[in-house]
Amino acid sequence: MKFGVIVFPGSNCDHDAFYTIGNLMKKDVTFLWHKDHSLQDVDVVIVPGGFSYGDYLRAGAIARFSPIMDEVIAFAKKGGLVWGICNGFQILTEAGLLPGVLTRNANRRFICKYINLKTDNFSTRFTHSLDKNQILNVPIAHAEGNFFASDETIKRIEDNGQVVFRYCDENGNVTQEANPNGSINNIAGIVNEQGNVLGMMPHPERCADQILRNTDGAEIFNSLVMA
Amino acid sequence: MNEPKVNLELAKEYGLNKEEYEKILEILGRIPTHTELGIFSVMWSEHCSYKNSIKLLKTLPREGKHLLVEAGEENAGLVDIGDGLAVAFKIESHNHPSAIEPYQGAATGVGGIQRDIFTMGARPIASLNSLRFGNLKDEKVKWLLDGVVRGIGDYGNSFGVPTVGGEVYFEDSYSGNPLVNAMSIGIVEHGKTASAEAKGVGNPVLIVGSTTGRDGIHGATFASEEISEASEAKRPSVQVGDPFTEKLLLEATLEAIATGFVVGIQDMGAAGITCSTSEMSAKGEVGMEIELALVPQRDGEMIPYEIMLSESQERMLVVAEKGKEDEVMDIFKKWDLNAVQIGTVTEDKNVTIRFHGEVIAKVPAWDLVLGGGAPVYERETRKPSYLEETQNFDLNSIPVPKDLNEVLKTLIASPNIASKEWIFEQYDSMVRTNTVVGPGEADAAVIRIKDTNKALAAKTDCNGRFVYLNPRRGGQIAVAESARNVVCSGGHPLAVTNCLNFGNPYKPEIYWQFTEAVTGMGEACRVFETPVTGGNVSFYNENQEGAVYPSPVIGMLGLVDKLEDITTMSFKNEGDVILLLGENKEEIGGSEYLKVIHGKVTGEIPELNLETESKLQKTLLQAIRNGWIESAHDIADGGLAVTLAESCLTGNLGAKVNFEANREDFALFGETQSLVVVSVKKDNLEEVEKFLKNETLAFSKIGEVIQNSLEINDSVSVKVQFLKELYKNSISQKV
Repeated sequence: MKFGVIVFPGSNCDHDAFYTIGNLMKKDVTFLWHKDHSLQDVDVVIVPGGFSYGDYLRAGAIARFSPIMDEVIAFAKKGGLVWGICNGFQILTEAGLLPGVLTRNANRRFICKYINLKTDNFSTRFTHSLDKNQILNVPIAHAEGNFFASDETIKRIEDNGQVVFRYCDENGNVTQEANPNGSINNIAGIVNEQGNVLGMMPHPERCADQILRNTDGAEIFNSLVMA
Repeated sequence: MNEPKVNLELAKEYGLNKEEYEKILEILGRIPTHTELGIFSVMWSEHCSYKNSIKLLKTLPREGKHLLVEAGEENAGLVDIGDGLAVAFKIESHNHPSAIEPYQGAATGVGGIQRDIFTMGARPIASLNSLRFGNLKDEKVKWLLDGVVRGIGDYGNSFGVPTVGGEVYFEDSYSGNPLVNAMSIGIVEHGKTASAEAKGVGNPVLIVGSTTGRDGIHGATFASEEISEASEAKRPSVQVGDPFTEKLLLEATLEAIATGFVVGIQDMGAAGITCSTSEMSAKGEVGMEIELALVPQRDGEMIPYEIMLSESQERMLVVAEKGKEDEVMDIFKKWDLNAVQIGTVTEDKNVTIRFHGEVIAKVPAWDLVLGGGAPVYERETRKPSYLEETQNFDLNSIPVPKDLNEVLKTLIASPNIASKEWIFEQYDSMVRTNTVVGPGEADAAVIRIKDTNKALAAKTDCNGRFVYLNPRRGGQIAVAESARNVVCSGGHPLAVTNCLNFGNPYKPEIYWQFTEAVTGMGEACRVFETPVTGGNVSFYNENQEGAVYPSPVIGMLGLVDKLEDITTMSFKNEGDVILLLGENKEEIGGSEYLKVIHGKVTGEIPELNLETESKLQKTLLQAIRNGWIESAHDIADGGLAVTLAESCLTGNLGAKVNFEANREDFALFGETQSLVVVSVKKDNLEEVEKFLKNETLAFSKIGEVIQNSLEINDSVSVKVQFLKELYKNSISQKV
């Protein structure tokens, strides 16, 4: 399985995803320059975190026009695996690959801290091997992670089981107090209808290494590489 | 061109004095042009020339076996850490801009220090910051805090370097003149560093990065005077930051340096093109001929004076190898940045500035720079009269509080002690996945170095109140405490960068504080073998009430030899034995306790014996390396009781502690130096005790780790969960 990590101007979690896949998961991984038109035959495209184009105008709003995004859209339409993390999630909603938008955090501030995640859908390629009872402890680091969509869209993605991750407390209760950014229904990550495109605000690549004293994030990577 | 007439009056307006203006006339043998006057005024400003500090700075120890470049030689210090790697690190102030425009002032402070690191070829891997504000009850202070924190966060988060640690203090003396000191640490392979020296006559000179605009003109001069009501009018002297461009500039710069075609490179900070052309020329003993009309500008109407003095951010001056300039420029263009040749290196040692062909300035580079012709002064000193009173204050006259439980609760919620998480959660502390110990977890931050088994430990520190009450010892303590913090995290102190924040050097009392503090720092650095690799001096930190507390902020860099040595402050296991390393002398002079509970900033500050401190640090580090230490946390603000409380609440455990005291409030809340609380497993106790006795380090067994509550003698008994809530929520409730 070969991974590609897109590098936009302003991406800054590109190296973290690359390191996690290459050095920790020991899988093939390559960088994909945003001006290129080829995905170099990768099996999974990672749209990494960071501040593509400085998040100017609106997070992800400019990056979606980078040449490589045409290829990513075509790849996703054919069922290719695409995973957007943080800024990557924002870009995928801007590109129309995922529904909804990520608006400014309810407290209007950047938030960097560990939060708890409950998995709601175990049937995707990203989550099929996760332990059904495990609450994942994963960091967030964003100013615009407040998931919003129309009532109609929310109902549709809830009914379809497209909500994959929700913010919860340490016991798995989905509560208002456990919602760090004001997201509707505590939504932290969703897939498209086909289930091959995942967007999530938390950063699993930041907690996949033993030395950082938390490897919960590695479980999602493991799920992907276990066919 | 409509330019003002050059005379002494104009020179004074630009911050030069009569003697300095006359020296310029002598150097040039004629009246300077308007542009030349501008060049001299910024290069000879306090900010660029260090004219009132350099003589003293040279007394600091600047050599050591790990140093790869000496202080002042390059943009930042460079320290060898083995494995073919070196660390570039530096701290710098952005106090004045932050006082009037906190968001941009702090943001560009972060941006400027990052450029100092990557202009050397090093990739920044961690940032710290040291902040000082007035009283948090003051609305303006809240506005400043909010702006500074957002500025640091927005710039650093977007740039993609984790902000891993630092310190924040609130004291009335910083009201109206906050201190914003930013530190950056970068990693570079040996032999891949870049120099800030211009070399090779005929080599092309390039400007790369952002366009040049009217922002920040005379920023360096503005930083060299006191803040007053008139400062508001200097808002245009504050630069505007663009972290996105800085991120592109970082990637492009490192890529360009890797080609080997970059002969020299320097970032444009204070005094922009003026400073970079003259410093690079002087260092390389060459000259430069520059055509200003070629500089990419935001506004085509700028006059040469403005182009020369602009402090627009995210720009670099590059000397490329002749014939390879296109390859270098192509890299910047790939990253959508400007890259234009604006001149060449010349033999004549003059900085010659043309505008559409016409020579508008021609100045010998050497005469402009620090270490060259820039003025050097030694100012008058006088011991301040307040010390007579504070040093003779009878601390025994302080009444004993009735309820020490309440005192602890009050102290733990004091903004100087309470958790700074409201602040540090607004910073990305984890990007690049190297942050093993982040903010609030240990006495110093720890960042691992990928592909090695090593890590860096870093801390900024300065107790301004101590320095105010005893500048010399206060300077020593700033070094001692930051070194101790690095040791408590499992690191070996390597070297120091410093940011010296003081008042107006023309006031003899201020210069006395400065002289004493620098002397104290030097004494401590010599004992700990931590040379000073560079940093920055910020004078004129005053408000209407007077100067800020003298604040020589130390940025200490340490090396953790093995990842297994990393140690944090939290208690780990119920039943572990708590030891106090060192001897509690129950000293409360200058303490947080004295200020918060008794409303006094006075008294003689705690003693510091540098040899005892050094022995404590060496012994503790050996015990950590032997694998015996479960937690380590030094005694600092709030004293032993607060240290114990912090180890409890970060570990979600309690402690039962008993010890003898002459006066219990002094023993609990005094800030005696060279004291560390550690916890060890019962099974290791015998061996640890034997070791400590062997090393003749004073220590006492004071208690053990329990569940739920902190109990000290018969005077403190409090639920840890309760303390934790006070500690965590205090600042967010006050802002």
